Amino acid sequence: MAGREGDDMNSNRDWSSQPPYILEEYKSTVLRGPTKPLVPIAQSLSELTGPVYGHEAVRDFDSDLTKNARVNGEPLGERIIVAGHVVDEDNRPLPNTLVEIWQCNSAGRYVHAADQHDAPLDPNFLGAGRCVTDENGRYEFRTIKPGAYPWRNHPNAWRPNHIHLSLFGKSFVSRLVTQMYFPGDPLFEFDPIFNGVPEGARERLVSSFDLSLTEPEFALGYNFDIVLRGPKATPMED
Amino acid sequence: MKRGQTPSQTVGPFFAYGLAPEQYNYPFASLAGGSMAGDTTEGQRIRVIGHVYDGAGDLVPDALIEIWQANAHGRYNHQADDRKDNLLDPDFKGFGRFGTGTTPDNRFIFDTIKPGSVDGRQAPHLNVVVLMRGMLLHAYTRMYFADEEAANASDPILSAVPEDRRGTLIARRDPDLPGVVYRFDIHMQGERETVFFDV
Ligand SMILES: [Fe+3]
Repeated sequence: MAGREGDDMNSNRDWSSQPPYILEEYKSTVLRGPTKPLVPIAQSLSELTGPVYGHEAVRDFDSDLTKNARVNGEPLGERIIVAGHVVDEDNRPLPNTLVEIWQCNSAGRYVHAADQHDAPLDPNFLGAGRCVTDENGRYEFRTIKPGAYPWRNHPNAWRPNHIHLSLFGKSFVSRLVTQMYFPGDPLFEFDPIFNGVPEGARERLVSSFDLSLTEPEFALGYNFDIVLRGPKATPMED
Repeated sequence: MKRGQTPSQTVGPFFAYGLAPEQYNYPFASLAGGSMAGDTTEGQRIRVIGHVYDGAGDLVPDALIEIWQANAHGRYNHQADDRKDNLLDPDFKGFGRFGTGTTPDNRFIFDTIKPGSVDGRQAPHLNVVVLMRGMLLHAYTRMYFADEEAANASDPILSAVPEDRRGTLIARRDPDLPGVVYRFDIHMQGERETVFFDV
């Protein structure tokens, strides 16, 4: 494959980095994941293009969840800064890329109407935000550290603290929806969603505490880099 | 230095106020919704209605469907598509997003335009991403149009799909509804399991 086409092609999903569709331990996958083999197809313009949302899509405070839903005061909980770089597999920064996040509040309760967990809502916290990476692929959010919450997958099941993220990247096939975790969470070993990712890859979902990101007297900082499917390695030409 | 791909995780049950807030009536602006065509968008207006079924044949009430499509000239609104002969449409972005949790029968609804043929070889189609609680990884599929029989017959992607499963990718006109409405149901499993792509 030569020239422009080769440069534009995306790498494939790396199945050694990705969780399976069906995972007995995560019960609702059993009736919801595809069971037939995926049909491999070549990438065309349909796969090499994708939705573009730049700075025009983001308003002031969209990236500051401690401020973007205030009603009569500040949200409760531990303020944190979550920042990192969005890059491709060649470690090239992806500038002007949309990052959307959503999460529960510090008590472990989501604003979503279907969340019936008996923990308080926070009138000053929505838990949704978005931002666009800068010219170096860097993004930054200010938010409240999400709490752990129970779910019904198995007896006494609790999700580790996490923030949900959604990114498009360069094209529709680099689409990524994932979750960011916090270092040293004691719930990791019991969580089938986290453990559904092969060992060696799941560690990439854990942010690192970063004192240099911390803002004195204000908030702790966590670093989380996101690696999206990048250009396919092009064969050497001689 | 090669860096490993960030693994996917489920979108979970509570994505609505983050990814489709206006559709679900949360106080946050939506980037995109089911209404993809504006007042001056070129092309034939169509509505796409579908359901998502799980392996027990039950409706999935908490799926998120995303659409990415070309405009009426077959051009994608993206820098990688720089074909000058296919015009861009300033009133068409090509992206839609709709959750199955706001209608009584858990349908998704997209109001858009019928895309043109992308590169002379591919039949008109919508690129579809399926996300839901219970999927650790989203799935890719495509929606083609039953009334594009000739184009479908020579489409390279459809040709890569076993013949007995091609029908799962083809939306049919619903003659009982006003306007141009196509029905496209997504079956996650079973006899009629939708074809999903490794791409
Ligand atoms: Fe969650």
